[in-house]
Amino acid sequence: MVDDCKIVLEDVAKAFGANHVLDGVNLEIERGESMVIIGQSGSGKSVTLKCILGLIKPDRGAIRVDGQDLTHLSTRELERVRSKFGMLFQGSALFDSLPIWRNVTFALTQGRARDSVRMRKIAEENLERVGLDANVLDLRPSELSGGMQKRVALARAIAPRPEIIFFDEPTTGLDPIRADVINDLIVELVEDLGVTALTITHDMASARKIAHRVAMLYQGKIVWRGPRDRLYDSGNPYVDQFVQGRAEGPIR
Amino acid sequence: MSPTLQPLIAFFASVGRLLLSALSSVGQVTIFAATTISRAIRPPYYPARLLEQLLQIGWFSLPVVGMTAIFSGAALAQQTFTAGSRFNATSTVPAIVVLGIVRELGPVLVGLMVAGRVSSAMAAELGTMRVTEQLDALTTLRTDPYRYLIAPRLIAALIAIPLMVLIANAIGIFGGYFVAVYKLDFNAVGYLDTTRQFLTATDLQMALVKSAFFGFFIALMGCYHGFRAQGGAAGVGRATTDAVVSAFILILLSNMIITLMAFG
Repeated sequence: MVDDCKIVLEDVAKAFGANHVLDGVNLEIERGESMVIIGQSGSGKSVTLKCILGLIKPDRGAIRVDGQDLTHLSTRELERVRSKFGMLFQGSALFDSLPIWRNVTFALTQGRARDSVRMRKIAEENLERVGLDANVLDLRPSELSGGMQKRVALARAIAPRPEIIFFDEPTTGLDPIRADVINDLIVELVEDLGVTALTITHDMASARKIAHRVAMLYQGKIVWRGPRDRLYDSGNPYVDQFVQGRAEGPIR
Repeated sequence: MSPTLQPLIAFFASVGRLLLSALSSVGQVTIFAATTISRAIRPPYYPARLLEQLLQIGWFSLPVVGMTAIFSGAALAQQTFTAGSRFNATSTVPAIVVLGIVRELGPVLVGLMVAGRVSSAMAAELGTMRVTEQLDALTTLRTDPYRYLIAPRLIAALIAIPLMVLIANAIGIFGGYFVAVYKLDFNAVGYLDTTRQFLTATDLQMALVKSAFFGFFIALMGCYHGFRAQGGAAGVGRATTDAVVSAFILILLSNMIITLMAFG
């Protein structure tokens, strides 16, 4: 079972001062699966993602990607593993000093101006995949709406054809219709490109649409995990309170 | 514990905390600088980024630096003349102008002006990139922020600021010359002769050494504070202030140390 997992978190813990954000997270994500982690703001969802990406070093525990533990890798080895990753940031995190096409191809050029003709072509293909046409190629990120920025960021994340894509609150800040467009894109990408996806969100509509399986993070631990269809009859008081959005319950 | 001792202990505790936090800041800056240098010497290199920063730090700072130098040189000549005329020593004007500008005013004023312009811009830009997760995005796109953003800024400042100090020295001396010849009736040829006599290679070398240090501090403070900014717009504001203030202090402190060591 573990052999078939793309990502395995074992007892991952991280504290910032006295604040124990992650307190022994265990999670397995299978190849080609779309896993969604739900949880309140501040429950450690982002820290979990950043630990896997190697942006934050966990205090203990192991993070295995294709069986390789990332927590003991050197910067250079980690950089090699990161070629498997694509990441969609919550605020898109596009580079505002660069035009759209150089943003989209950044992972391929690593910020250098080379192969411009080919790179523009690649940018165009990837933008097309997320429903944008060539008109935006030469614009700056600040000239686009929030929803379009999200799509460009998505194009940037998929351009190097990663094996795993992380989505950090992909629908936050978008209206319900634009949010659903992004959800559709995520579902499509996971199916078409065959990638493994890990999404963190507190948007239940989004979780229901894009997840194969859902895990709930509460106070630094995974308190429930199960298939998407069980989300509304999980029998878990934390999950029930969260998915129904009630103020009363075990979660304070 | 006797109650009279408590305020005393509280006082020492707060002094100790202050000292510890100062030491830890020095440690963190040192680690930041060492990381940048160790990454910068290994490829990939970013010559286009370096060129961009050279333009930004050097070329676009020239008007400010030129004005600073010419005004300071002119004022210095007038002050030396006024002070010197009390004991018949107005002939010292060219000597004091050239030594004052090259040894002290040139490097320090250029350092401070460029720190105000460049440290703040670096801290604001990198700080914004930090709080909007653009720095994290760089890392996930397999581009090292130290090599891509920090190293070009440090190297550009190390090259550009000594060059600008040389230019500022020339302009500053010219400012003094202008006031001396056209307002204070000095003989133009005599003034330049005296200037040349007092202008030694050692002084120029020291100006270059000083300004290399200043350039390093200007970029280091801007990058360091921007890089660790957190807490949205307010955090970027704090990082910018910290960058400029710490760059100013480091410039003035290192200037004093180098001057005392060279002439002590």
